Amino acid sequence: MTAVRFERVSKRFGALAVLDDVSFEIPQGQAFCLLGRSGTGKSVTLRHIVGLVRPDSGKVFVEDQDITTLTGRALGEVRTHMGFLFQNAALFDSMTVGDNVAFPMRRHTKWSAGDIRERATKKLADVGLETAYDKMPADLSGGMKKRAGLARAMALDPPILLVDEPSAGLDPITAKEIDELLVETKRGGTTLIVVTHNIPSARVIGDDFAVLHDGRMLAHGTLQELDASSEPLVQAFMRSQGGG
Amino acid sequence: MPIRPSSAIDRVGASVLDLFAFVGALALFGARAGVEAVRPPYEPREIARHVYQFGTRSAPLILTAGVAIGVVLSMHTRASLERFGAEAMIPAGLAIALIRETGPLTAGLLVSGRVGAGIGAEIGAMKVTEQIDALEATAVDAFKYLAVTRIVALMIAMPLLTLMMDFSGMFGGYLAEAAVSGMSWSLYFERAFTYITYSDLIPATIKTIVFGYLIAVAASYLGFTTSRGTEGVGEASTRSVVMGSMLIILSDVVLVKIIFFFYPPVSG
Repeated sequence: MTAVRFERVSKRFGALAVLDDVSFEIPQGQAFCLLGRSGTGKSVTLRHIVGLVRPDSGKVFVEDQDITTLTGRALGEVRTHMGFLFQNAALFDSMTVGDNVAFPMRRHTKWSAGDIRERATKKLADVGLETAYDKMPADLSGGMKKRAGLARAMALDPPILLVDEPSAGLDPITAKEIDELLVETKRGGTTLIVVTHNIPSARVIGDDFAVLHDGRMLAHGTLQELDASSEPLVQAFMRSQGGG
Repeated sequence: MPIRPSSAIDRVGASVLDLFAFVGALALFGARAGVEAVRPPYEPREIARHVYQFGTRSAPLILTAGVAIGVVLSMHTRASLERFGAEAMIPAGLAIALIRETGPLTAGLLVSGRVGAGIGAEIGAMKVTEQIDALEATAVDAFKYLAVTRIVALMIAMPLLTLMMDFSGMFGGYLAEAAVSGMSWSLYFERAFTYITYSDLIPATIKTIVFGYLIAVAASYLGFTTSRGTEGVGEASTRSVVMGSMLIILSDVVLVKIIFFFYPPVSG
């Protein structure tokens, strides 16, 4: 079964074509890494998947439902099947870290308050933040915020996890820990869609890769296929940061 | 370089069109809030939390301003009524002025500055830090969760804060009167309430529900449409105060007319 499918998706912001006729398909349980330089439409692609942005043309299917036609509760229902780690974590700064993680559980489950606290604590422990439950997001470092954001994204154990730049701004050790956590999540059957320009990190996490450039899909395939690509920009990208 | 008339007209025209677009978008935002407020889920916990926050944020300001306004109004009323030897009417005159107009309007303007700015800045900051997107991605209707709850909460809090303003104003008036004439507490309030009826208190207090709606709709709209980072957040906050205050003053003209239609002023 397909987790996510893009069919000829195009999106413009004013005069700027952010996505131009982009198509791809991600089978369930795979880790799909979307690579490319900054400002090439990677994050916008993720936003299309979760329905935060609607395409000007084309269709986006999530678990075989066209998310571009959904609104209200139907859209909300599909969104509960996805977790989203934002580039800057986007933690709710009026809540404690624990409440951030517990928030999706409170909204979408009938679990008791005790159960929710226990599960949120477990999720925080999974990302190495077991002592941060009662801290406010402002008291966390950038790396800790990202880990807390990941815990929140995984709060409901969604079958699809969208991750925007998981290692950006992190020290190499924390970045490696996050990569390992994502690999572990994938092993549990979760479909991962990871936007990154960190090639070594993508090599660890990914099964399938695509390179976006100026809103177009420059290359799509396995690691070996991309490594063997004759496209100069793909070559430059795959060999960057000790990647090749 | 001199401005060509045609380009000046173009600019004025563009500004007018922008204004219409803004008013239209604001009206649609407010109408949507009205519809969403009566559709489940009702978010009672969020609404209660905001009522508490708005109340605790504004109460010290309202109480302090109320007492000060009461003192000032009392001094002005005394200066006017003394000429006619009608000092005994000071408490009643002050109470009517406070309850009918000064209390609701001043409370509205103060809440616009205190709470409106806060709503604009808070939602604006959530917008620029992607917290609103995070709410949506978590399958939560951000409009309902952030805007509608605040709008309903301020519609509940506003009349309560107005009553607080009315009574603190009366207390301020009593302090001023007691200092000048040594009038007792019981006599002051007996005289103050002699001429006050429910038709003075209830419509004037209820109209502040509209003030609460307008302040929160304007601030929420400006928060939701924030862009350009922290600069945009500051602008949303400032514009929330300006817009909220302007809407209160303009709507007051209409609301007073409506109140007078249903409760004509009694003369003599």
